[in-house]
Amino acid sequence: MVDLTVETLETPLPASRRPLRQMARRFMRHRLAVIGLVVLSLMTLIVILGPYLSPYEYDQQDFMLIGTPGAPSSAHWLGTDELGRDALTRLIYGGRVSLGVGLLGALISTLVGTLIGSVAGFYRGVWDVLLMRFTDVMLSIPTLPLVLLLSTLFRPSPVLLVVIVGGLIWMGTARLVRSQFLALREREYVEAAMALGAGGPRLMFRHILPNALGPITVAATLAVGSSIMLESALSFLGFGILPPVPTWGNILNSASGWLAIAPWLAIPPGLCIFFTVLSVNFVGEGLRDAMEPRG
Amino acid sequence: MSLSFLIRRIFGAIPLLFGISLVLFVIIHLAPGGPLDVYADNPSVSPEALEQIRVRFGLDQPVPVQYVLWLRSMLVGDWGLSIRTGRPVLDEIVTRLGPTLQLGGIAMLLSFIVAVPLGIVSAARRGSRTDSTVTFAAFAGISMPVFWSALLLQLIFSVWLGWLPSAGMKSIGDGSFPDRLAHLVMPVAVLSLATIASWSRYIRSGMVDVLSQDYIRTAYAKGRRERGVIFRHALRNAMIPAVTVIAIDFVTIISGAVITETVFAWPGIGRLFVESMNGRDYPMLMGLMMMGSVGVVAANILADIVYAALDPRIRHG
Repeated sequence: MVDLTVETLETPLPASRRPLRQMARRFMRHRLAVIGLVVLSLMTLIVILGPYLSPYEYDQQDFMLIGTPGAPSSAHWLGTDELGRDALTRLIYGGRVSLGVGLLGALISTLVGTLIGSVAGFYRGVWDVLLMRFTDVMLSIPTLPLVLLLSTLFRPSPVLLVVIVGGLIWMGTARLVRSQFLALREREYVEAAMALGAGGPRLMFRHILPNALGPITVAATLAVGSSIMLESALSFLGFGILPPVPTWGNILNSASGWLAIAPWLAIPPGLCIFFTVLSVNFVGEGLRDAMEPRG
Repeated sequence: MSLSFLIRRIFGAIPLLFGISLVLFVIIHLAPGGPLDVYADNPSVSPEALEQIRVRFGLDQPVPVQYVLWLRSMLVGDWGLSIRTGRPVLDEIVTRLGPTLQLGGIAMLLSFIVAVPLGIVSAARRGSRTDSTVTFAAFAGISMPVFWSALLLQLIFSVWLGWLPSAGMKSIGDGSFPDRLAHLVMPVAVLSLATIASWSRYIRSGMVDVLSQDYIRTAYAKGRRERGVIFRHALRNAMIPAVTVIAIDFVTIISGAVITETVFAWPGIGRLFVESMNGRDYPMLMGLMMMGSVGVVAANILADIVYAALDPRIRHG
């Protein structure tokens, strides 16, 4: 007699049924999201490799060109700024800082939001009330003015700035994670794990959290866009990361003074911010479609 | 809508306002340097005089007492004096509120007029070329940095074409209606762009949800035309999710058209905020932050009231 159980157990799932591959397939169907992903990968690559390929340093001045911005030429593809520095090199270095702030800010906001949301949603009761009230408070204070206020008060280093940015955009994630936890903690598998003696943290992070990862990933992706936007706005107003360290925001800030005679300095950094945030938003949309299919 | 609903909602906001004031107070208090540091290097201010000022302003009191004192004076409208101008903070804010309300009001009105039809068309023709164009444009609008679109407009319409004035509220020695209007065009366009983009998304998704419901099919079955179904049956429910966003965005603009007002040198609240940042004018910054936060809370209450007006299930539920 043939033992059917062994065979059934060992039959691999058909490729189309594996959740990760299925997700990837659904993501690939979203054309704009794929383009966004390609753009972001290219940008990351340029930003990582660029400084090694460029013949200039970001703070290297050409004293022959100092005084007024120089027009694009074969030596300086995007021209030079008023201090005789190569604009393309600064753009690439600025991209390092801006993308770095975006990624780390999003990471911090996701960690904070996930922690607050999961504690509130899992323990409910007093914890929930306190944490969600705090979230409401933070949501009520206008973000950009608050970041500006914090940055004048504390004169932050780039690292502290990342913490501030991440520390002010976690509220949406927290609400999202809370609602996920409230729903998931009622499921039978959680009850089963509890019956087997699993404690609070284990239930939260081993059992419930993995099932909430889809929406969290989407929120984290979108947070990259928000934190790039926030840092750029801050640096543009002259209160974020300060020169000579370039970011797309502060390059635009100094270029805005030369707008009439050197528009080639102001256009590229804005385009970079625009395309990065646009790509991030499309990737987020693609992930949403891939991970939370609704009918 | 019942009066008790209204009263309950307003009283519910008190702990929230309390929390906001606490957070802002803690932030100011944690910052390095105290309010008397201005005098620290001034040889004509003796230590005795400094001590007197400390006692006079209650800075010798324990921190919780200081908080209560601060909260009490905020409540009675004594928001302190601006370090930069020496005038009362509240007066200064009120003077600057006019230009911001003008700019923000027009921008909001324009956004509403443009975003609602865009969202409706996009939802009604879901999946069509129009829909994907509107969707793409909305994503672009959301992703566009405000400071950059402002600079681009200035470059095109002021520097290259010379059609519009690049900054300010009116020309010196002028101030006629056409002149003021010309000054409004670019700031309004910049402010509206982002809000149009985001509102049209909310209205579209609200509309898509509503259009798939049974009562819409019933309305079609009765023989109503599409136009009638959308405007008489669907629109009211489709607007509900957008209400909060619209209310909050309006306040955000009032309290923080910081970037737009700075780029276009518009003499409103946002510009006041940046000026106060440059002068490290803490009383003014605190006043503006409090005002902005109270505005957001008020907008939330207003949104809830509009909800209840639009949706009977909420007011009776």
